[in-house]
Amino acid sequence: MKVEYTQFHPRWYRPRVPVFWWLRRRSYLLFVLRELSSVFVAWFVVFLLLLVNAVAQGPEDYRRFLDWSATPGMLLLNVVALCFILLHAVTWLFTLSPHAMVVRLRGRRLPPAVIGAGNLVAWMLASALAAFLILG
Amino acid sequence: MEPFLWLLFSAGGVLSALLIPALLFLFGLAFPLGWVSPPDHAHLSAVLSHPVTRVALLGLCVLALFHWAHRFRYALYDGLQLKHLERAITLFCYGGALTGSAVAGYFLLAVP
Repeated sequence: MKVEYTQFHPRWYRPRVPVFWWLRRRSYLLFVLRELSSVFVAWFVVFLLLLVNAVAQGPEDYRRFLDWSATPGMLLLNVVALCFILLHAVTWLFTLSPHAMVVRLRGRRLPPAVIGAGNLVAWMLASALAAFLILG
Repeated sequence: MEPFLWLLFSAGGVLSALLIPALLFLFGLAFPLGWVSPPDHAHLSAVLSHPVTRVALLGLCVLALFHWAHRFRYALYDGLQLKHLERAITLFCYGGALTGSAVAGYFLLAVP
């Protein structure tokens, strides 16, 4: 067979994927919701910095921040944000990292359930410490 | 570069998962709805003026922002099929995380 230059390019095989491909299956939807949780992680940073700034400005600004966070729009936003944050925390601590982390003890790999349990303890300790510092 | 960004994403994922639920529950729900009475200004101010609190919160902010940048970048690529806008998305995500980190540094370290 003679091989020679041709100006015709073979057609690409590129199946078209619809934009809403992730609505087709529950597992796809969960994947996209987990990815979207990161938006609420970023929102929390904004919320936290507004709080820090209000406290730094003085008692009057802090009071105004508390009133602002009690408005219906902010409450709704933070309820939605908390749902996404919990989805992130539960999937990250108990589904992802127990399988992704390889911890060896005396040459043997710890089973995922043990790492998940360790994460639960760490989560409870961190939450308790935060609540203790804030509530005094 | 990619492994380093992945490391920030991963560290941010852990810190966010450990700390944000409690903080957001208290300041986003429990205090506004009156389930728990909020701390007074003097107490919160004292907690926030401690250097360890500031450094810990700065670490949380920076890593959480890079966690967002990395994850949101891939959510746009895959979820909305925007791979062709790669440069703009990368710039928006990591640029946003860098800017946010600078703002966090200013609020947490510079403001007395």
